[in-house]
Amino acid sequence: MSLETLQNDFTLALLDPERDIPSGLVGSEQITAKRRFAVYRNNVVSSLVEALKTAFPVVAKIVGEEFFEAMAGIYVRNYPPSSPIMMLYGESFPDFLSGFGPVAELAYLPDVARFEQIRREVYHAADAEALPPDFLARVPEEKLANLVFTFHPASAVATFEYPALSLWEWNMAGDNGPAPDFPRQGEDVLFYREAAGTGARRLSPGGSLFLTELAQGNSFGAAAETATAVSEFDLSDTIAALLEARLVVAIT
Amino acid sequence: MPKNADLPPRAGAGFKPAHFEDILSANLENAWFEIHAENYMGAGGPFHRILERLREDFALSVHGVGLSIGAAGPLDKDHLERLKYLCHRYQPEAFSEHLAWSSHSSGFLNDLLPLPYTEETLDTVCSHILQVQDVLGRPMLLENPSSYLSFAESTIPETEFLSEITKRTGCGLLLDVNNVYVSATNLNFDPDDYLSAFPFDEVAEIHLAGHATEEIEGEDILLIDAHDRPVSDPVWALYETVIRRTGPLPTLIEWDTDIPDWSVLRQDMDRANTVLEKAHSYRETANVA
Repeated sequence: MSLETLQNDFTLALLDPERDIPSGLVGSEQITAKRRFAVYRNNVVSSLVEALKTAFPVVAKIVGEEFFEAMAGIYVRNYPPSSPIMMLYGESFPDFLSGFGPVAELAYLPDVARFEQIRREVYHAADAEALPPDFLARVPEEKLANLVFTFHPASAVATFEYPALSLWEWNMAGDNGPAPDFPRQGEDVLFYREAAGTGARRLSPGGSLFLTELAQGNSFGAAAETATAVSEFDLSDTIAALLEARLVVAIT
Repeated sequence: MPKNADLPPRAGAGFKPAHFEDILSANLENAWFEIHAENYMGAGGPFHRILERLREDFALSVHGVGLSIGAAGPLDKDHLERLKYLCHRYQPEAFSEHLAWSSHSSGFLNDLLPLPYTEETLDTVCSHILQVQDVLGRPMLLENPSSYLSFAESTIPETEFLSEITKRTGCGLLLDVNNVYVSATNLNFDPDDYLSAFPFDEVAEIHLAGHATEEIEGEDILLIDAHDRPVSDPVWALYETVIRRTGPLPTLIEWDTDIPDWSVLRQDMDRANTVLEKAHSYRETANVA
């Protein structure tokens, strides 16, 4: 058997417990080749499940460890990583949850997963030097409208249909009694780099639109005008978010 | 000795960010650390800041776990470039990878999978190692695997297979003593026989780790290379045998699952250092005689 054929058969059997093991594997009288192959089967699936558990701790907490492991086992067999860089494995896990029948009643779960995935992407994104906290104050007022910003590569703005940040914060805080009244509407969240990793800040209505417009290279004036279309847009709160998150690395 | 033996011949540890503060305040002399290359392939963030700081004080070994040197197909060129960048950025004293495969066209399997020892595999592995060394511009170290099964078509003993690879490629070897013990138990051979056939002259680094025991039926067991506990006594005994033969070599304590407090990991490092210090005295005695 060629090495390529062997590795094909091996891979298929690793990911499908029902499939026959490849031919030519040697066991012993006491321990069959099939039983030995099971060690590799288990290593592959359990190490990938473990990677997802580390990546999505709040999803795991919400559904419970045992359920998470079973659900993640299905995911990893169907969507093994495409790259050996495991720190971002699970990109499609939020979408998988959206279509996974047994969690259909937890409609907010895919948003929580998406929150956790963005958080790790920002955690590992490129480093950059942010402008000093008072940079905006030093811009002459008449130049403000035409200002174009370059955002920190380790940042993201996301709109969630459910209150993903509130759910995440409450679950991360530990076992603190009965659940509070979570907001009924979704949340817009700014993710940014901070010393310990990734920070997350709630944005007021229109904030996500404003920051996304800026990130796309639109001027401060144009972005503000677009965002004003959102009825409760709060420009000063959004600017506060931008400054507190040290979001801007360059202005032109 | 191969050229890639610049780590101090003392105990080192697999680096875990959870131990970072303890390590900085531990006043370690001649210790060194090993990282899994793939964990530091993000573009930026806290991991790199921590590693930069660690690198200021300690020798470093970069240990790849995802290159899939034994894959039948071509090496992942993007991944090789990432390794090259990492080695360029941190200038490690050693780079090592495994005699195993872990990637397939359908994806990355996140485990070190076994190879049949045939002429075809030998050619494939050697051409991949030459490619790695060419891209990285340095010789690499290759680690012996832990095995749970073997292949009917294997025609070359593992020690001979490794020896032939070093001859053809100029790479050095990373001898994982726990892997020898795990494979010997699982495949029912004598680890001392294996070691007596091992090409010690090519060894530039040692790995030690703990293994788990899986009961199959009755008294039958498989040892699992779990890296989740202290190094076992039989592995320490084999390690002493090795060090008597080789003299002091950089020795890594690997602990990747159920990671303990730094002080617990440190106990195994101290024990390895005791063995290494004794090796100096064997040598001195031999010189006097």
